[in-house]
Amino acid sequence: MATRVLDQPHAHAAAHGEKTGLWSWITTVDHKRIGVLYGATAFIFFLMGGIEALLLRIQLGSPENTFLSPDLYNQLFTMHGTTMIFLAVMPLSAMFFNYLIPLQIGARDVAFPRLNAFSYWVFLLGGLFLNASFLFGAAPDQGWFGYANLTSKQYSPGLNVDFWMLGLQILGIASLAAAVNFFVTIVNMRAPGMTLMRMPMFVWMSLITQVLLLLAFPVITVALILLMYDRFFGSAFFVPSGGGDPLLWQHLFWIFGHPEVYILILPAFGIVSEVLPVFSRKPLFGYAAMVFSGVFIAFLGFGVWSHHMFSTGMGPLADTFFALTTMLIAIPTGVKIFNWIGTMWGGSLQYRTPMLFAIGFIAMFIIGGLSGVMHSSPPADLQQTDTYFVVAHFHYVLFGGSIFGLTAGAYYWWPKMFGRMLNERLGQLHFWLMLIGFNLTFFPMHFVGLHGMPRRVYTYPEGLGFDLMNQIETAGSFVLALAFLVFLVNIFQTWRKPRNAPADPWNGATLEWAIPSPPPEFNFAEIPTVHGRDALWEQKRQRGGPLPEPARVSGAGIHMPNPSYWPLVTAVGILAFFVTLMMLAKIGIWAVIASFALLLLGVYKWAYEPAG
Amino acid sequence: MLLRIVGRCSSRWTTALCLLALVLAGCGSEQYPQTTLLPRGDFAKIADDLLDTTVRWALLVFVLVEGVLLYAIFRFRGRPGDPEPHQTHGNTTVEIIWTVVPALILAAIAVPTVRAIFQTNAVPGKEALTIEVVGHQWWWEFRYPEYNLTTANEMHVPMGRMVSLRMGSNDVIHSFWVPQFAAKRDVFANRETRMWFTAQVEGDYPGQCAEFCGIQHGRMAHRIKAQKPEEFQAWVAHMQTLGAKPAATAAAPAGNAKYTEGEKLFTAKGCIACHSMVAVNSPKGMVGPNLANVGARSYLAAGTLKNTDENLARWIRDPQGIKKGVLMPNLGVTEAEAQALVAYLRRK
Amino acid sequence: MTAHAHAAHLETSTGLDNRKVAIWTFIGSECMFFATLISNYLVNKGKSLVGPFPHEPWTSPAGQHFEPIFEIPLVTLGTALLLFSSLFVVLALSGAQRGSRKALIGWLGATIACGVFFAGMQVYEFTHFVHRGLGFTTNLFGSSFYTLTGFHGTHVAIGVLWLATLWVDALRGKLPPAKSLNLEMAALYWHFVDVVWIIIFPVVYLIQ
Repeated sequence: MATRVLDQPHAHAAAHGEKTGLWSWITTVDHKRIGVLYGATAFIFFLMGGIEALLLRIQLGSPENTFLSPDLYNQLFTMHGTTMIFLAVMPLSAMFFNYLIPLQIGARDVAFPRLNAFSYWVFLLGGLFLNASFLFGAAPDQGWFGYANLTSKQYSPGLNVDFWMLGLQILGIASLAAAVNFFVTIVNMRAPGMTLMRMPMFVWMSLITQVLLLLAFPVITVALILLMYDRFFGSAFFVPSGGGDPLLWQHLFWIFGHPEVYILILPAFGIVSEVLPVFSRKPLFGYAAMVFSGVFIAFLGFGVWSHHMFSTGMGPLADTFFALTTMLIAIPTGVKIFNWIGTMWGGSLQYRTPMLFAIGFIAMFIIGGLSGVMHSSPPADLQQTDTYFVVAHFHYVLFGGSIFGLTAGAYYWWPKMFGRMLNERLGQLHFWLMLIGFNLTFFPMHFVGLHGMPRRVYTYPEGLGFDLMNQIETAGSFVLALAFLVFLVNIFQTWRKPRNAPADPWNGATLEWAIPSPPPEFNFAEIPTVHGRDALWEQKRQRGGPLPEPARVSGAGIHMPNPSYWPLVTAVGILAFFVTLMMLAKIGIWAVIASFALLLLGVYKWAYEPAG
Repeated sequence: MLLRIVGRCSSRWTTALCLLALVLAGCGSEQYPQTTLLPRGDFAKIADDLLDTTVRWALLVFVLVEGVLLYAIFRFRGRPGDPEPHQTHGNTTVEIIWTVVPALILAAIAVPTVRAIFQTNAVPGKEALTIEVVGHQWWWEFRYPEYNLTTANEMHVPMGRMVSLRMGSNDVIHSFWVPQFAAKRDVFANRETRMWFTAQVEGDYPGQCAEFCGIQHGRMAHRIKAQKPEEFQAWVAHMQTLGAKPAATAAAPAGNAKYTEGEKLFTAKGCIACHSMVAVNSPKGMVGPNLANVGARSYLAAGTLKNTDENLARWIRDPQGIKKGVLMPNLGVTEAEAQALVAYLRRK
Repeated sequence: MTAHAHAAHLETSTGLDNRKVAIWTFIGSECMFFATLISNYLVNKGKSLVGPFPHEPWTSPAGQHFEPIFEIPLVTLGTALLLFSSLFVVLALSGAQRGSRKALIGWLGATIACGVFFAGMQVYEFTHFVHRGLGFTTNLFGSSFYTLTGFHGTHVAIGVLWLATLWVDALRGKLPPAKSLNLEMAALYWHFVDVVWIIIFPVVYLIQ
């Protein structure tokens, strides 16, 4: 294992012409910088979503509480869900896609670097747009799945639903552009010798995630367009009085919404599959089974959507079909869990912070998976759906799963991304606080749900027996907040230290650990050739020991794409288009046309700008 | 009672989780009147039995898998200077086993599930008591076509006779939830949905809307009053006396000026535009709940307030302050007027 | 530049240019977009509360009579031309790859002409339908018909613009065989737009 410490932070930055300053970030097309931008932005949104959750928990801490008004509560729970899904977990995964996919497949950048920058800017502006609704006192308040016909103009006359519906369309553009980009990158830009079945598991799970994004997002896009037509132009797709059917929205939403769940969890599966082998010092158990179970989960993910709709009364045949497909998904998911434990089995487990989070992920995800099987049974689900039992279930999947996995990834790749090792003690403290706080917050929700507490209620009366469990949950949520405070302290402390991370602090198995920390702009001075799975372990094995610390070499002669601000201009054009569309009645059609012209200008200049 | 509950718990929530459940949550109906875990009707029993089956399997899997994980965590912890562990890549036999075993467990859950799906989807026969349920923002309308009766927020049902719910919505999607007897079913403005149950234990049970339906989704509760058949019949007979126009003499002490004034105010203040005081043949689609027997109800404003004179007067004067966003506007009713309206509305 | 692009071409894992893989990926995603729109049309079929209707006459309560909306012959002509344009763009691409400027410009021009005719037909059809009483919000049929065919028409329009920029390139001699991939991508997209119409035409116009 490499132990040499580099501590000349500025020397090599300057020596290799690392670009600095705000303008370099605005015009950057470097996948690593875009990854950092994604991560930082998403983390800020994550903290906002967390603060929203704390406010919700304070309100529910005691019965008949008046800390939040009902309308504010509804805005906060809607924005908490929307933020955590679209502005936190998805872009945090996008951070890892950006940073790691090119490094792990041995490429110098993604397939379309400017498109990549474009995705980020659209995501940022979409996130700001959604949150700008708070400034108008009109944050979305109809729940993150926005069931029609509550979202119709008649029942939601305000701007709230407009912000949500347009915000998600903007974010959808970002996700689709990014998905095309990463899909092409993985399919087409692998280093010589890196066959599909030699790809790191994170890359595999990323590839599957992109496919899900590509196939699921168009469905929600159409649903949102139809809703937009209903609200802006007076059609009646989801309006019963006009012959439309609100149930159609549920079908469209969940055809997107269920694959979306796998979009949120598969990247974490990938991360954990990278972390566990390295800290077990043995390869991933059942690589092929892991790949195929991932593919199978994604495939089945398109055939289970109506299990979110058992309470709508679809009839016995549809109920049976969706119950059985849902149960089937438990099989590949179980295979994954068993293979992770199989990876640990017989290993030499190193309990560093990333490993703790990865094991925490397995332990918590098992619980989320089992409660999932419980409500795959429609008659049982008729009691559980829309109660806190479901809230418990999906937090065990999305927090116990996704967030634990993403946090494992953050600790694991932090030295690679920033050249600094996070403090191990604070990391362990973060883990234990998070594990305890998480279970205190969400485990009682199983019981309070089965005992009859529906979700999305801004308060509950005394005498239903919900008080004590809600108090525990609220206390737990503050322990969770404390855990992330420790993480923030760790980040700030680490930031002030010199760059001390070696290239390969963990004895990594994948190619990103072969290059300096942080990597030079061009990643690989020479594109590596791959001879097997766990490419870097393979190299070390052939050499019979650890590799020498890679030298920082000049990138002269290596052709890298030019920086560009046209992706940002185009993104601004898209935002302006949606904003003017929302204010169509007030400012007129010319503003919409002007912003569309800006969008076209951005695309035109982008298309004819030399890419380098 | 407690012993029965504990006994019941230990038979179904095996071992450790049972104790945890008791400590954390318990199973008592007194503490948890809205619980789904103590079914008192046939439909709810089907759901609960199914939950028992899955919980039993889930607990087994939980204990085994988390146990193996914990074992691995302790058994295989690395120490400095450990040699490189044996580099295994997988094992086909093991893979097949841990694919097939979960599949078998799921089959064991799927069989009773499918049976229960068809049971719960059965259509009740003609002998069932049909009750029409209409969801409104934010209260429930209950209509008894068999008796031409309408009431709101508090549903009376006879024990032992199957109740067939035919449900719809006047506006957005709601979900009608009867945790003790049945389960929940969404209601729509453009389609009828159905659910049925037979109440087997007498009592007064809370339930509430389970689909987010706007600002006051949290205040859309109802009660199910399961009565002995003869008590139910008495209730029906009484309701049928609440006919066209309330007979002042019958409902109020003779010469009660307050009552008469309240009756006038009910029209003058416009209450009558949204509320019906008639239980028999009451028109459909009223904006506000039917108030024919409001004096007899336990709660006001869909579970928001206990039904006392003081609360009713408060509610009449300031519905927006008590239940923000409710469709009932503040009508500038004075305290004296409110008292008169209360006197009028005390009719049972 | 050419040499560089060629080198990059050989370096990819699949041997295909990144842009070509990207356009295929995009088309895959677009399939779900149109599948959803077509499903929406089918789900709402026959659920309009008032006329006019696509295939049956309708008399309003006020006594106004409406003929069936669809006029199949004109759309059939448009469909045929759109189909032919798929052939023309193949011939244009072949011309571009062979370096036959004449074939390229001629066939590409024919493709664009067909696209323009189709888009024009749709504009005519829409205005005609509106005149005959079918507005966007008249009924569910109107809303889902205009939404589906409107999005397809937008795709045709974008395709025409894309092909037109390439035609201008070709006229100025800026579309040599080495850059024929630019046309190939537009052609793939154009085929996709055609295929979508081949589904829409029977589903919307022919099946009653």
